[in-house]
Amino acid sequence: MKYIPATQAERERMLRSAGVRTVDELFRDIPEEVRLKRPLDLPPAVPDPDLLAHMRRLADRNTDCDRLACFLGAGAYDHFVPSTVPHLALKPEFLTAYTPYQAELMQGELQAIYEYQTMMCELTGMDVANASMYDGASATGEAASMAADLTKRAEVLVSTAVHPEYREVLRTYTSHLPITVRDLPARDGVTPPEAARQAVTDATAAVIVQSPNFFGSIEDGDALASAAHARGALLVVAIAEPVSLGLLRPPGAYGADIVTGEGQALGNALNYGGPYLGMIATRDAFVRRIPGRLVGRTVDTEGRPGYVLTLQTREQHIRRAKATSNICTNEALNALVAAVYMATLGKQGMRDVAELCARKAHYARTRIAAVPGYSIAWDAPTFNEFVVRCPMPPAEINRRLLEHGILGGLPLGRFYPDLADCWLLCVTERRTREEIDRLAGHLETLQ
Amino acid sequence: MSGPETTAAAPRLSSLRKRPVPVIFERGAPGRIGYSLPASDVPEAPLDEIVPAAHRRAEPAALPEVSELDVVRHYTALSHRNFSIDEGFYPLGSCTMKYNPKINEDAARQPGFARLHPYAPEEIAQGALQLLWELEHDMAEITGMDRVTFQPAAGAHGELTALLMISKYFEEKGERRHTVIVPDSAHGTNPASATFAGYKVTEVKSDARGNIDLAALTAVLTTDVAALMLTNPNTLGLFEEQILEVARAVHNVGAQLYLDGANFNAILGITRPGDQGFDVMHLNLHKTFTTPHGGGGPGAGAVGVRAHLVPFLPAPTIERAGGRFALDHERPKSIGRMRAFYGNFGNLVRAYTYIRTMGAAGLREASEMAVLNANYLLSRLRGAFDLPYDRVCKHEFVLSGRRQRDRFHVTTKDMAKRLLDYGFHAPTIYFPLIVEEAIMIEPTETESLQTLDAFVEAMLAIAREAETDPDLVRTAPHETPVTRLDEVTAARKPDLRWRARTASDPR
Repeated sequence: MKYIPATQAERERMLRSAGVRTVDELFRDIPEEVRLKRPLDLPPAVPDPDLLAHMRRLADRNTDCDRLACFLGAGAYDHFVPSTVPHLALKPEFLTAYTPYQAELMQGELQAIYEYQTMMCELTGMDVANASMYDGASATGEAASMAADLTKRAEVLVSTAVHPEYREVLRTYTSHLPITVRDLPARDGVTPPEAARQAVTDATAAVIVQSPNFFGSIEDGDALASAAHARGALLVVAIAEPVSLGLLRPPGAYGADIVTGEGQALGNALNYGGPYLGMIATRDAFVRRIPGRLVGRTVDTEGRPGYVLTLQTREQHIRRAKATSNICTNEALNALVAAVYMATLGKQGMRDVAELCARKAHYARTRIAAVPGYSIAWDAPTFNEFVVRCPMPPAEINRRLLEHGILGGLPLGRFYPDLADCWLLCVTERRTREEIDRLAGHLETLQ
Repeated sequence: MSGPETTAAAPRLSSLRKRPVPVIFERGAPGRIGYSLPASDVPEAPLDEIVPAAHRRAEPAALPEVSELDVVRHYTALSHRNFSIDEGFYPLGSCTMKYNPKINEDAARQPGFARLHPYAPEEIAQGALQLLWELEHDMAEITGMDRVTFQPAAGAHGELTALLMISKYFEEKGERRHTVIVPDSAHGTNPASATFAGYKVTEVKSDARGNIDLAALTAVLTTDVAALMLTNPNTLGLFEEQILEVARAVHNVGAQLYLDGANFNAILGITRPGDQGFDVMHLNLHKTFTTPHGGGGPGAGAVGVRAHLVPFLPAPTIERAGGRFALDHERPKSIGRMRAFYGNFGNLVRAYTYIRTMGAAGLREASEMAVLNANYLLSRLRGAFDLPYDRVCKHEFVLSGRRQRDRFHVTTKDMAKRLLDYGFHAPTIYFPLIVEEAIMIEPTETESLQTLDAFVEAMLAIAREAETDPDLVRTAPHETPVTRLDEVTAARKPDLRWRARTASDPR
């Protein structure tokens, strides 16, 4: 077995040193009744060449976005990933490292995460960002508990235009905490600020919205912030498509108190849903209540700059039952991917990629609106996703498009039964005019 | 801008690692770019018509302005200031830092997996769903559980998942229970997860042999207890010898027995939690099943349950009907979702590849060698350090640096830092909390005898240095890119993001 280097002679030497004759003696503390008396019933071991062929066959049973024109988003985005990302972020020196508890040995990782935290602050307009959470949905769940703690209030309002799976996780996460979750119904594809203003009470810890929201619409951040703040509640903004922040106003600029979100779009592979990158950022005043790891810059005994995990008294390994969260392992590698992505695209590139998305999506929106029977569901401004009302079931449209190599949008009926004729389309910078025209052309001929 | 590669002086290569790497924001120059994107191929439209100015950011985000080579040099320099499994030995107790096979990476990075959209229709994701279905069956067999979910992103996430299922189970039975018991040797995530799940935590002490104290446990077991969270082998690296009595006592009051499977690397194919009486458990696939730690994550949790908890699993589950695999969202008693989509799929591909590489005999041999390696190290080190619990260990063991502290005023932290100078990562230190000056060592099965012997020599040398040259140890490390860092100032005046220098700020 190539992963187990000990030879027979070495094993015997080690057994002698340990003072036993057989390996079995090392397991004598396990009660006889619970020892497994048979081999595990698993498929046989496979040599590498056959295993690679097997894995290739399994992978080939999927049709991935290299083989389709992808118009599907809804929380996972098909963006171009520069070659620097896999070649640098996935270097074994980063890939096979452990959590940087021994800071002196791990300055590379720590500095990279410190820089990631900085980039996240710049992108979101917030003061401080942590070193990552599991994903956008669970980060949003954690934000609710953070907000309840900070305000000493027990209710959160969540817009129904927040990603339905984030809302499900929010409910799971708060199900056994003294926090109630109340829906804030979206209207015409956005969260109405006036309805938010009326719904917020002195018991409201946070108003949770997403922008661009699940329908792709850009929310009125200023009005929602003032609705929340008028009664002392926090505004939590979830960002499912962070590339949008290359072009759109950052939540920090319109008064968000906590920004959560999903960083997959920043250079991370689609990976059938994970591993992705949970983001959380907040104001300086709330830093001691933020969940998860933080990297800080300091100096060593010789005055050289260096980096450490800091403010660890918030965390489970120190505070145990009183920690701000139970999170330990995070998504550091995905954060590094995002950092290399943002460094490569840089100041101008993040703006350019976002503008390309917006322009192409706008073209697709206009083009599809002109197809007889199809219409854009709502007037609200959008970024790279929008909702189309269809003359036939969206799942059926998708089935037909797939025959032509097009991965259609998300049928919304699964999450919103009253939107059964609605179809959420996404257009990233990867989509060409030819592909958009082809999509529209098929819609014209579908019966 | 000055970077290490542009400096005029010609330092020796070894000292290059000691030179600070400027932050990436200090590299580059205004207007420099390192990306390539296509021009827009759609008809021009005024930007105001696409996104109204009120919704656009006033200034671009202040991200780096660097060339592609700047990016490459920067992250390459950082990678040289890191430590990893591929570079050297990590005797990090409770973390199972075993080798991460390269074939796993090749398998997981295939476009068919890496470029698959999570909302792709099931008919074009059959390979992914088949892999998940098969992996669930393998994990159920390995653990003796009935079903397994892969939604949790990490171990602590799995703990929370399990506790929420336990809550739902009692809710269905019309019972209200408010307490979760954890031993005093437990991982910090256990009590933190219990709090997050809305429970009150009761701690139970360990006995003189390092097992959970059965009498103390029985004394706090009431019908208010929802679960006992137990790690087995526990964090002392010792198998809970009275596991059957513990399981009986827990079940006698109707409570659930939860296994923290962080230490599963000791028992693959040797004993199964399902057979020991555990009702629910989590596995860390990034420990036992070789998925890389990535500098702190991503991991992958897996939670296994016995039949009575199956209805409460997070939705969706993966089912097979005929020759077709499908996601089942219709699970009315489910606790709901723990995250978006289905789990850290990329890592599940790696774990699957590992299990197929090893087979049943290979997995058992891995555990046997992990345990033999640990017992070998223990036999070599027990003379030089205190050993609070003197028993055959499993995959790890816990020494104490009490002797060095009391006699030479050299702490465990000092010795851990000195070990870095010898080219090894440090063991886990000051954990479990019940051992003073704890030094927790886990070699794993993938290290060779030469590596283990070199580690022993380093540990013995440090024990001698503590006696003969204690200052050398107290001021360690000396050979690393930086010396000890000022953690107090880091916490007192947090500097958590870089800000551009201005004339008035001469930092």
